[in-house]
Amino acid sequence: MSSFLLVIAIFIALLTAASMYRVAVGRTIFDRIIAAGLVGTNGFILLVLIGFIFGRISMFVDLAIAYALLNFVIIIVLGKYFDRKLEEP
Amino acid sequence: MPVQTIVAIVLMLGGVFFLAVSSIGLLRLPDFYARTHAVGKSETLGAILTLSGLAVYNGWELSTFKILFILIFVLLANPTATHAISRAALRSGLPPWTRKKKDNIEDKS
Repeated sequence: MSSFLLVIAIFIALLTAASMYRVAVGRTIFDRIIAAGLVGTNGFILLVLIGFIFGRISMFVDLAIAYALLNFVIIIVLGKYFDRKLEEP
Repeated sequence: MPVQTIVAIVLMLGGVFFLAVSSIGLLRLPDFYARTHAVGKSETLGAILTLSGLAVYNGWELSTFKILFILIFVLLANPTATHAISRAALRSGLPPWTRKKKDNIEDKS
């Protein structure tokens, strides 16, 4: 079961690395924000998986709770900040 | 292999499938509004399935309730955040992608 969790964690890490392309390249600023939110969500799933792999679940779950709350707050604040007319490039 | 582990493996495989769909949709869909479709729904379902698989595998402990708290928070927060960003994009004047307009053809990627 531990090797299955390791395979799942490596696959999710590869998906997260592929999603970083949209953070780096993305057409508009909103694409980058959405992709950063996806990277954050994959990040705390990966944290819980790492806690199961290392056998220290109680510590890593608390870290994952903090990451989830911060991820939500960051996206809401950026959404309020960019809620205006963009200047023409 | 106990039934609990088999249920956890099935739930996590489903969750990883939906996470893969979400990442592929984020990379391949043509427009910002189409990409919110991938992030807002597939990502939420993938996270919920993966975390519920881990909660089933863990059994009845305190950590399970913390994982369930993260799960309920993702279920509430992820579509809300996606909706806030897409509302900001629409109010800031980002045009939706259409197949017909001539001047949007070079805009797809």
